[in-house]
Amino acid sequence: MSMQSLIETRLREALSPTSLSIIDESHLHAGHAGWREGGETHYRVEITAEAFSGQSRVARHRMVNAALAEAFDRGLHALAMKTHAPGE
Amino acid sequence: MSAHETIDTEVKTNDVVLFMKGTPDFPMCGFSGQVVQILNYLGVDYKGINVLDDEGIRSGIKEYSSWPTIPQLYVKGEFVGGCDIAREMFQAGELQQFFTEKGITVKQGA
Repeated sequence: MSMQSLIETRLREALSPTSLSIIDESHLHAGHAGWREGGETHYRVEITAEAFSGQSRVARHRMVNAALAEAFDRGLHALAMKTHAPGE
Repeated sequence: MSAHETIDTEVKTNDVVLFMKGTPDFPMCGFSGQVVQILNYLGVDYKGINVLDDEGIRSGIKEYSSWPTIPQLYVKGEFVGGCDIAREMFQAGELQQFFTEKGITVKQGA
């Protein structure tokens, strides 16, 4: 499974997002520490999920990070994220 | 001293600590650089710790707050967040307020 698919699958399983965008920005970090040939290291995620309602920013990021533990183990290096509860 | 003890001591003895890649003068990562810019803009005194200097700290800091990425900002011993959270708080004016509430001098107003 590609990193993109892994991220999408795990986020959908864990958080049932109502909206989800995942952008591979690895090319923007070419040559930088953590980058590797073939990319799939730097991603930007924007996600809206009911699960975020009433949760702090840190709690939301923890939920995303926890869902993506396997992705981090497989070489995901950087994850920029915007999290929204519905209506935000 | 173990990496965990070193981290714990830094976090507890400095009011504002940023674990980052590179130094405040020469950030080696765009995400670390963004937090440096915010802290400099606010005129907050902080200690930057370059995780690239010490592999034990680099891996240890990820476990310390169960947070898989760097940078990580700590204020008065409390984990605040990474780059996105620091930037969102700053843009909302919450970071300035947070520092003030914690008794940290902010030279640049919100």
